[in-house]
Amino acid sequence: MPKLLSGAEIVFKCLEDQNVEFIFGYPGGAVLPIYDELKNHSSIKHILVRHEQGAGHAAEGYARSSGKPGVVLVTSGPGATNVVTALTDAYMDSVPLVCISGQVPTHLIGTDAFQECDTTGITRPCTKHNWLVKDIKDLSKIIHKAFEVATTGRPGPVLVDIPKDIQFQKTDYPKFKKKNKLNGKVHNHFLQKEIDELVKLMSKSKKPIFYTGGGVINSGPKASELLRELVAATGFPITSTLQGLGCFPGDDNNFLGMLGMHGTYEANNAMHDCDLMINIGARFDDRITGKIDEFSPKSKKVHIDIDPSSINKNIKVDLPIVGDVQSVISSIIKTIKRTKPNFVKSNKQQISKWWEQIGKWREKKSLDYINSNETIKPQYAVQRLYELTKNKDTFITTEVGQHQMWAAQHYKFDKPNRWMTSGGLGTMGYGLPAAVGVQIAHPKKLVVDIAGEASVLMTIQEMSTAVQYNLPIKIFILNNEYMGMVRQWQELLHEKNYSESYTAALPDFVKLAEAYGCVGIRAKTPDELDDKIIEMINTDRPVIFDCLVDKQENCFPMIPSGKPHNQMLLGPKDQEQNKITGKGKTLV
Amino acid sequence: MTKSKSAYSVAGKKEKLDTHIIVVWVDNEAGVLARVVGLFSGRGYNIESLAVAEIDSKLNISRITIVTTGTPQVIDQIKLQLKKLVPVHKVADFKREDKQVIFKEMALFKFVGNNNKRGKALNACKKYNAVILDKTNKSCVIQITALRREIDKMSKNLKKFGLISVSRTGAVAMTRGAETFK
Repeated sequence: MPKLLSGAEIVFKCLEDQNVEFIFGYPGGAVLPIYDELKNHSSIKHILVRHEQGAGHAAEGYARSSGKPGVVLVTSGPGATNVVTALTDAYMDSVPLVCISGQVPTHLIGTDAFQECDTTGITRPCTKHNWLVKDIKDLSKIIHKAFEVATTGRPGPVLVDIPKDIQFQKTDYPKFKKKNKLNGKVHNHFLQKEIDELVKLMSKSKKPIFYTGGGVINSGPKASELLRELVAATGFPITSTLQGLGCFPGDDNNFLGMLGMHGTYEANNAMHDCDLMINIGARFDDRITGKIDEFSPKSKKVHIDIDPSSINKNIKVDLPIVGDVQSVISSIIKTIKRTKPNFVKSNKQQISKWWEQIGKWREKKSLDYINSNETIKPQYAVQRLYELTKNKDTFITTEVGQHQMWAAQHYKFDKPNRWMTSGGLGTMGYGLPAAVGVQIAHPKKLVVDIAGEASVLMTIQEMSTAVQYNLPIKIFILNNEYMGMVRQWQELLHEKNYSESYTAALPDFVKLAEAYGCVGIRAKTPDELDDKIIEMINTDRPVIFDCLVDKQENCFPMIPSGKPHNQMLLGPKDQEQNKITGKGKTLV
Repeated sequence: MTKSKSAYSVAGKKEKLDTHIIVVWVDNEAGVLARVVGLFSGRGYNIESLAVAEIDSKLNISRITIVTTGTPQVIDQIKLQLKKLVPVHKVADFKREDKQVIFKEMALFKFVGNNNKRGKALNACKKYNAVILDKTNKSCVIQITALRREIDKMSKNLKKFGLISVSRTGAVAMTRGAETFK
């Protein structure tokens, strides 16, 4: 007779078979049997967070920077509801998470028991799938299925809800065999005919552009390598969404910078005027397209995506190719090599005018700002941080707001998986716990959370986690005492009515750092900035860096609401001539 | 009313709405209906009627029939989003005008009144496969099967013959001929 294992033991057996090394979690009544079992499994390390939302974001940071699924363990009721924000965030940004939650014993479900909530009901719309385990015999099958669903196709979060009595019950654990056959929800059956059609469009195009997104990163590091090869083989310009930054080197001449609401002048104009748009792993998000009726009116659009429901959801495309980015790009390169070995040469002449035009747009230098000798400009702070850390294989996370956009504009990434930011859901408080997860995955690397003082306060308690596990994360706060992006919109669109966007009582971040047992550094003037940043980098402990920046600075360029891509609002100099009209206000 | 200041995109032009019947084959497990229905409500799709029951107890498969309206783009999204759900096996989509597909709804009518009125009611129901399920000297319950709009019309017109209660199902659908939907 096979040895019988308890539900809690089976949970760990499954995690071991899935090669899980870290769990981010927080104990509570309904998961105690699982926590009791933790000591018997030395290959799995538990990271104790201070709030379940932090566990979720830390697991996201871990997953995004390592390519492996993040695992979260929380208790029933409030434990599960606290993790909902992180699950939704992971769902929007396609991050593979497996969340295991405790539930009240089966016989108490539905009785409004202590710490009971309808966890599978609450998380149904924010997971790819979820399960309530009602029979111990299903447990191992469900957990393995959960990992499969989370990591295949378009990745995303899943949740397994395990009642306490199931954690105690015993059954046998069948030997785990990793299936090669996928669950039938993965679509990677594109046709050579489609690739041929694309290559034909590419060879005809006079104004092409690659528009790449997070799908390239999710497809694995090889996809980024292939993308570089594809750009080199075609000589086409390339722009990237917020999530896609890093899949192509930010300082390469073919790279036009980020596109979208706060994207560069050249990227957005090229998107608007192109005759061939090749979308690779992006999803035509509203922050990218702006006004849909006037989005890139003259172009043929190609959309490469692994999720069939992304095709034609927001923008109708001419040639959809449903498949994994890596295999699709690989096919494109092979086809070009076979059918048009001299593509770059023959193509160079054809798109030279296009590059000339792009050069003119570039001359606008849309990311420029007026620097100052007295106050630190936030853009300058990010630029200095970049210059002083670029040789170190640095990992950057962010919170949400102006600082996030400045980080995206001025920090140049040249490798995938180095940039962790909450794009889809826009979760303030994402960056600090995400940095915890990134540092867990990469203990020796420099991990910096470029933060705003408002965002970081939402999950500041995770500094305590960083201290407990000696994670030398750097929280680089661009402190302007405002919810900067809210303030900016109020200035531009709501007649400077700064309703509730100023934080009148902020903590002293240096003292706060000391209270948590980490290091606090403050920079007040541009002169001292470099020295302080170097001090931060050289500190082998967690640091909160309070960078006091210009309080009035706005994030430009910006596509004012209601306008298409080719009508951007540039920096302070340009603004005078380009006031937002009444109609534009509706659109932010 | 002043215009809202806080919406990024303006809604595009209103397109024509079509009525479609979507048939979904799913694993018959706890919560599966909530997943399907939640997808519709969460993404703002419309449900006109819904019918669901297990059709294969051995394979544990249920068949859900949903009548919905939407632009061609929305109907496409409904199908693609449904196919992403883990317990969904296949999704079929029929236009209401499709002659190759049979659509039927069932309704139960309760009439209270004298013999004369009830006789007239039964007469009116006859062309819709009327079956008398219950009869007393004051009342009767009649079952009919028909199209949605026919039942709509009947339940309006039969008021005068003492119709006091209506209970009806959502539409179910099946293709004509020997083929089944793969």
